[in-house]
Amino acid sequence: MDESHGTGRAGPDGGAAPDAVRSGWPLYEVFLRGKRGLNHVHVGSLHAADAQMALHHARDLYTRRNEGVSIWVVASRDITASSPDEKDPFFAPSGDKVYRHPTFYEIPDDVPHM
Amino acid sequence: MTTVSAPEELSGHFDRTLERGRRIEPRDWMPDAYRATMIRQIAQHAHSEIIGMQPEGNWITRAPSLRRKAILIAKVQDEAGHGMYLYSAAETLGADRADLTGKLISGRQKYSSIFNYPTLSYADVGVIGWLVDGAAICNQVPLCRSSYGPYARAMVRICKEESFHQRQGYELLLTMMRGTAAQRAMVQDATNRFWWPSLMMFGPPDDQSPNTAQSMAWGIKRHTNDELRQRFVDMTVPQAEKLGVTLPDPGLSWNAERGRYDFGAVDWAEFTAVVKGNGPCNAQRIARRQSAHADGAWVREAASAHAAKAARRASVGAA
Repeated sequence: MDESHGTGRAGPDGGAAPDAVRSGWPLYEVFLRGKRGLNHVHVGSLHAADAQMALHHARDLYTRRNEGVSIWVVASRDITASSPDEKDPFFAPSGDKVYRHPTFYEIPDDVPHM
Repeated sequence: MTTVSAPEELSGHFDRTLERGRRIEPRDWMPDAYRATMIRQIAQHAHSEIIGMQPEGNWITRAPSLRRKAILIAKVQDEAGHGMYLYSAAETLGADRADLTGKLISGRQKYSSIFNYPTLSYADVGVIGWLVDGAAICNQVPLCRSSYGPYARAMVRICKEESFHQRQGYELLLTMMRGTAAQRAMVQDATNRFWWPSLMMFGPPDDQSPNTAQSMAWGIKRHTNDELRQRFVDMTVPQAEKLGVTLPDPGLSWNAERGRYDFGAVDWAEFTAVVKGNGPCNAQRIARRQSAHADGAWVREAASAHAAKAARRASVGAA
């Protein structure tokens, strides 16, 4: 098992099970920018011998119909993800801070442009 | 930071997520049986896409025009792509790609039995697009709402592409039906051969489908096999009329009371035989997949060697 797989799983979707190492080609996560002005968005994963090959495969696999103008690939094992077990405490800091939202503040209706 | 949740708490969270119609995501806790069922379903679906390249791939070198050839290549390439999206989804559940491939080529996991029928003429390419992909769309559109997030997302992508598959098939058939009597006969013959196997694609009748109830409770399945089969028949009959072909079922008739078409009994003995490996092309399909895997070994090895060499050079350059 690859040492970098701390929990035996890595990647945002929990892919890259230890056996993927045995098959020789690591798993890469693929992110696409659909068009200018948009963020890259995760679309899936694929196996490739190296990052260059992952880029080529990502083009063939995820952009056969002009779905992207830019591709990122990243080895799944290099992604650090929050885990569901620590979900509640991990996201707790933002849970009780309603004052961060504009709707928290009462402003009279007749104040313009607010 | 890590807190270990109690099992009841975990399964409660899973149940509540399903109740709210939310998606299960890969790192969520899920029952072992849910994971196993999901892996089996996605893997079988992925295998079907991969094996499904063969019946039509058979005609690429004999396409009647450059236009048809380009379309057919694009379609077969899509099938490969669909297989890859689905393998990727299965891997999020902890399945291993090499293991899945191994299970397919050793016959330990199945694929859709429709691909065990031969393609005897170019009209088959059209009929596969119209009927087989049409049935697949019926099956797959509800799966875009599957409870498992990565599968549902793969299905959205696949369904968009399947629409091209069905339309190119129907257009091909329309073209042939405007041609010679011999061409019209080819379309009718292909329809005769693929109609019943297409109905079998929805799986056994509901009273013989023991897993349906659990799969529906888990949001893995949204409609029963018989519901989807009926929907497919109702959609397809008017398309056949427009095309000018006869569906090979004397029992097919409009039932005004139900507002749906009645249709004849499917030969489930044939379905069972094909699933068990005794269809016309089972052995050929697996042999072809095995040889493709074996013939590709040197390419995989060369790519790995190239990657290793490039990595060595990069680390030497950096040092």
